[in-house]
Amino acid sequence: MIANLGSPLSAALALLCAWVVIGLAGLLRPMSLVFAGRTLFPLGAACGLALALAALLGIAAPTAHLTLPIGLPDLPMHVRCDALSCVFLCILGATSAGVSLFGAGYFRSGQGAPPGLLCLQYHLFLASMGFVLLADDAYGFMVAWETMALSSYFLVTTQHRIEEIRRAGFLYLLMAHLGAIAILLCFGVLQGGSWQFSFDAMRSAQLSPPRAGVALLLALVGFGAKAGLVPLHVWLPEAHPAAPSPVSALMSGVMLKVAVYGMLRVAFDLLGGPLWWWGLLPVSLGLFTALYGIVFAAAQTDMKRLLAYSSVKNIGILFTGIGLAIVFHGVGRPQLAALALVAVLYHSVNHAFMKSLLFLGTGVVLHSTGERNLGRLGGLIHRMPWVAWLTLVGTLAIAGLPPLNGFVSEWLLLQAFLFAFEVPHTFVNMLLPLGAGLVALTGALSGYVMVKFFGVVFLGKPREAAAAPAHDAGSLERGGLLWLASGCVILGLLPAQIVPVLARVAEQLHVGRLLPNGAPWWMLVPLQGRQASYAPLVFSCAVVAVVLLTIWVVRLLYHQRIRRVAPWDCGFGRLDARMQDTAEGFGQPIRHLFEPFFAMQRQLPSPFDPAPRYRVVIGDRIWNAAYAPLGALVQRIADAFAALQQGRIASYLLYGFITLIVLLALVL
Amino acid sequence: MMTIEWFTQFLAVAAALAAAPLFLGWVNQCRAWLQNRRAPSVLLVYRGIRKLFHKDAAVAEPASRLFIFTPYIVFGTMVVAAAIIPSVSTRLPFGTAADAIALVGLFATARVFMSLAAMDIGTAFGSMGARREMMVGFLAEPALLMVIFVASLISMTTALPVISERLATQALTLSPSLAFTGVAFTMVLLAENARIPIDNPATHLELTMIHEAMLLEYSARHLALLEWAAALKLLNYACIGFALFLPWGAAMGEAGPPALLTAVAFLALKLLVAGVALALIETLSAKLRVFRAPQFLATAYLFASLGLLVHLLLGA
Amino acid sequence: MTAQPFVLQILNALAALLLLLSFAMLAQRRVVTLVNLLALQGAVLCAATLLLAWRTGEAHLYFSAALTLCLKVAFLPWLLHRLIRRLGVYWDTDTLLDTTGTMLVGLLVVVFAFGLAQPISALASTATRSAVGIAVAVILLAFLTMITRRKAMSQVVGFLSMENGLFFGAMSATYGMPMIVELGVALDVLVAMLVLGVFFFQIREQFDSLDLEHLQSLKEDR
Repeated sequence: MIANLGSPLSAALALLCAWVVIGLAGLLRPMSLVFAGRTLFPLGAACGLALALAALLGIAAPTAHLTLPIGLPDLPMHVRCDALSCVFLCILGATSAGVSLFGAGYFRSGQGAPPGLLCLQYHLFLASMGFVLLADDAYGFMVAWETMALSSYFLVTTQHRIEEIRRAGFLYLLMAHLGAIAILLCFGVLQGGSWQFSFDAMRSAQLSPPRAGVALLLALVGFGAKAGLVPLHVWLPEAHPAAPSPVSALMSGVMLKVAVYGMLRVAFDLLGGPLWWWGLLPVSLGLFTALYGIVFAAAQTDMKRLLAYSSVKNIGILFTGIGLAIVFHGVGRPQLAALALVAVLYHSVNHAFMKSLLFLGTGVVLHSTGERNLGRLGGLIHRMPWVAWLTLVGTLAIAGLPPLNGFVSEWLLLQAFLFAFEVPHTFVNMLLPLGAGLVALTGALSGYVMVKFFGVVFLGKPREAAAAPAHDAGSLERGGLLWLASGCVILGLLPAQIVPVLARVAEQLHVGRLLPNGAPWWMLVPLQGRQASYAPLVFSCAVVAVVLLTIWVVRLLYHQRIRRVAPWDCGFGRLDARMQDTAEGFGQPIRHLFEPFFAMQRQLPSPFDPAPRYRVVIGDRIWNAAYAPLGALVQRIADAFAALQQGRIASYLLYGFITLIVLLALVL
Repeated sequence: MMTIEWFTQFLAVAAALAAAPLFLGWVNQCRAWLQNRRAPSVLLVYRGIRKLFHKDAAVAEPASRLFIFTPYIVFGTMVVAAAIIPSVSTRLPFGTAADAIALVGLFATARVFMSLAAMDIGTAFGSMGARREMMVGFLAEPALLMVIFVASLISMTTALPVISERLATQALTLSPSLAFTGVAFTMVLLAENARIPIDNPATHLELTMIHEAMLLEYSARHLALLEWAAALKLLNYACIGFALFLPWGAAMGEAGPPALLTAVAFLALKLLVAGVALALIETLSAKLRVFRAPQFLATAYLFASLGLLVHLLLGA
Repeated sequence: MTAQPFVLQILNALAALLLLLSFAMLAQRRVVTLVNLLALQGAVLCAATLLLAWRTGEAHLYFSAALTLCLKVAFLPWLLHRLIRRLGVYWDTDTLLDTTGTMLVGLLVVVFAFGLAQPISALASTATRSAVGIAVAVILLAFLTMITRRKAMSQVVGFLSMENGLFFGAMSATYGMPMIVELGVALDVLVAMLVLGVFFFQIREQFDSLDLEHLQSLKEDR
C-alpha cells in the first residue's frame, strides 16, 4: 500500500489518513477491548513505524509541496514536507510506535471512556499532530492544532468522573486556547498586509523589524503555552498526572515537541532573519524555565507530577537552544547557529524517547500497585524487573549521563555555549557563558531528581503493603518499553550518524552548515578544526570490556562466593521499610537550598504529640501570584454579570431589543 | 607509530591502576605526619584491598543485581577515565573518545550508580548518603564546567590533550584567570572526592559521612573494587588538574620510550607534591556542616566565573 | 596572542587580587578580618602603584604609593582596630542577604562593571587601561558590602574600600589623579574617618549598640 505512493510526503499523508481510519474503525465495536487493543493499536503502531521510516527518507529528499482539495471552497489545504517537518514526523512516528504498542496491552476495561472511543480519540490525536507538522498554510495549521488540543483534552479527561481530573482538563483546555489565540494573532502579523495566509506568502512578506519582533513574541507566547514555558507551564503538572499513562507519554514526548516545531518554523522559516537580540528572551526564559522545572521536580511526591516538571525543565533547555541559535544566526556565526539548532533537534528526539519511556514505566507501576505517590512505593525492582531495568535506561538517559542519548544533546548545547563569548556585544558575551553554568546546574539537578525517582520507586523495600504484590508488565507493554529504551541507547551511541541528518535541517533553513570534517564514523566532531570530540561507542565498549575483564580476573584469582545476610546498617538491627528516605526527605536539600522558589506550608508536630504527623505542601508561587488573582477576578466579573440573569423570557428579549437599538443608533 | 601509542595507552592505564592506591596512601601518610600521628605504611591501601578480595562477599538480602553490578561499573568507568586523561602523554588512542565535558559526564554516571546502589538496600544511612552525594554532585558540576570553560577559552577546545599541549607550548605568563580557576578546581576536587571540608574520608560517624554511608553495605571484593575506584577517582581528578593547569612534563606529541620515561617521572613528582598539598589543605581546614557545602561549592563556582570574566577583561 | 610585558602581567595579577579581596570582604562576617582585608587591599594597591611608578617613571606615583602605605595600610587599619576594641564590635552576622546570594549578586555586579568599563578603557591610552573594569567592580562591590551590612563599622570599611577602588581606577585610566586632588581626597578620607569615629561613640551612647537598624527609629512618628 505504501510502496506505490512514491514521495515521502504522500506516504506520510496516507499514513496519517490510515490513523484516522483506524480510529474510526474503533467505533465499529466500541465496547470491545480485544478488538481495539489487539488489532487496532498494533496497527496504529505499525503505521507509526512506517511514518518514521518515510520521514527519515524525507529528511534527505528535496522539499515537496501538495495542494489538497479539502476545506472551504477556494481555500484548499496546502501541505509541505521539508527536513524540519520530517524530523518531527520522525519523532511522532517512532515515539507513537512504541506508545501504541504499549497501549495495546495497557488499556483495561471499566475505566472511563469505552475503548473504541478511546481508540478514536487517540488516533485522531496522532493524526492531528501529523497534520500540524505538514500544514503549509495558517488555516490548515490552526485546524490541525485545534483538533490536537481537543482530542488530547478528551484523552486527558478519560476518567471524567473524578472531579480533580475534570478540573485539570479544564485548565489544560483554557491554556491551550489562550496559546491558540496568540498563534492566530502571530499569523495575522506574519502575513504582512498581503492577507494571504499560506506559509509561502508569509515567507515572502517583508516585515519591518518591530512587526517581526511582535510576531516572534506572539509565537513565543502561543507555542510557549503549549510547550509549558514558565510562567505558562501551570497546566502541565495538572494534566499529565490526570491523563492515562500512554497519553501522558504522547503529550509530553510528542505534543510538546510539536509546539517546539511551531516555534522553530516561525523563528527560522516564516520570519526570515530575526535580529540577534531577540534570541536573548528565549534564552533567559528558557534558562529560568529549566531551573524552575527541575527544582519543582525535585520537590514532588507524585511520580507523574515529577515527570511533568522534568518535562518543563527540558522545554526550558530546548528554548534556550532556540534562543542561542537566533543569537548566533543574528550575529553572523552560521556554524554555531547550526550547532545550537542541531542540539535543539537532537534534544527533541531524545526527550521524546526518554520521557515517553518513563511515563509508560510509571503507567505499569500505577496499574499494578494503584499508587502514584512515591511515598508508598519502593522495592519494585524485585517484582517487576523488566519495567525496572528498562526504566533505568530512561532514568539514566534523562539524567544526562553518557553514553545514553540525553547527554549528547546537552553536550552539543554546551559546545555551542562555549563560543558565546564571541558574540560581539558587551554584557551578552559575559552573561551567556555564565548561563552555561546554569545549564550544567539543571543537568546535574536532573541527575538528582532521577536518582530520587528511580531509587524511591524501584529500589529499597516496599513502603506499603500495596506495593508488595505488584506484577510485571505484559508482553505488549514490554515490547513498547523495549522499543523506546533501545531508541535511547542507539541515539546515545551513534551521534555521529544522527547529527549530519539533523544538520540538514539547519542547512535547508539557511541557518548554517556544519562543515564535514574528517572524523571517523564512530566519533562525533561537531565543529571543524575545534577538535572537541565525543565517541560514546568507544568508551562504552571499553567500560564493558573492563567490567568483563574485572569479573573474569576476580573469579580467576579469588572466588565468586556470595553470602546473603541481613542488612548491616551500622549494626542497628531492627530495620523496617518506613525508615527509608521518603520522597519528601530526598527533596529536602532542594527545598532548603531553593527556598525562595516555593510557597511552602509546613506543619511541624510538637515534641509531645503522641501521634506526630509532619506535613509539607509545596505551592507554586507563580500560580499564587498570577493565576489565582486572575481567576478570582474573572469569577468576580462573572458574578457581576450573573445579576443580569433573571430567568424571565421577557427580560432576555428586552436585552436583545436594547442591544439592537444601540447598534442601530451607532450605525445610522 | 601506532604500536607505540597503544603501548603508551597501556602504560598510562597500568600506571594509574598501580599508582592510585599508592597516591591515596601517600596522602594519608602526609596527613598523619602533619597531624603529629605515626604514619601508616604507604602500602596500607593495597593491603586493605588485597585482604578484602580474599573475603567472602556478604550481600544484604534486599539487594538486587544493581547492587552487585555497581562496583564493577564504577571501577570500569574510572579505569576508562584514566585511559582518556592525558596524564603521561597527550597522544593516547583513547584521548579523543571523550572531551573534558564528557569526562565530567562519565564521573557523574559512576556517581549515579553509586547512589542508586546505596538506595537499593533500603537502609536509612544508605539513602541519606545517596542524597548528600547527589547534592554535592549537582553543586560541584557547574563549578567544574566553568573551570573547563576557562581552560578551553584559552585553546578554543574542550579536548584535554589539546588544552595541555597549547598551555605547555605557549609562553609562560602570569595568568590570574588560570589561578582563580585553579583554586576553583581544587575546591571541586575536594568536594567530589569526599575530602575534608565536605566529607571526612576517615570517619565512620554515621551522621556526618557521605561517601562512606553509601559503602556501608558493601563487603569483600565489591568493597575492594569501590575503594580502588575511589582511589582512582582521586588520581583521575589530580591528573585532570595537571592537564589543565600544570601540563609541563607530560610527553607532548609523538614520543619515544625515553620521553615517556621522563613523563612518568614527572607525573610521579607532581603527584608527590600534590599529595603534600592535599594533606596540608585537609589538615588546615575543618569539616563543614552539610549545609555549608553549598556555600563552599558556590564559592568554587564564583572563583571559576571570576576566572572567566577576568580572562575576558584582561585577556590573560 | 602575544605575551604582555612581565610588569604588566604582574599589574594585571595585582588587579585580579584586588577584585578577589573585594569579594572576600563581601563574604567576611568578622569585623576584625574585614579590617585586615582592607589593609591587605591597601598593600596590594600600594604595590601596584609602586610598580606602575617604576614602569612609567612618574614621580608623583611614588608619592601616592607612600601616601597609600601610611594612610591605608598603617594608620586607618590601626585606628579601626582600636575602635573595634574600644567598642567591642567583633561580628556582623545579621546581614540582609545570605553569603551565597550576596556572592552571586556580586558576580552580576562584576559583569556589569566590566561591561561598563569597556568603553572607558577604549578611550584611555594607558598600558593598564584594561584594569579599569576591575576598579569599577571594586567600587561597586564595596557599595554592595555597605548595602548588605548592618553594623556601622563594616560600612566604614566598605566606604574605605570604595575609595581604594576609585584610586585604582584613576591610576589605571590616567596614571593617577593630579597630586593636589589626591592629597585632598586623602585628607577627606582621614577627616571622614575621624568624624565617623566620633559618630560611632555617639550612636552607641544613644542605642547601646552599633546596629544601624536602630536609626530607623529616628524618623518622626506620624
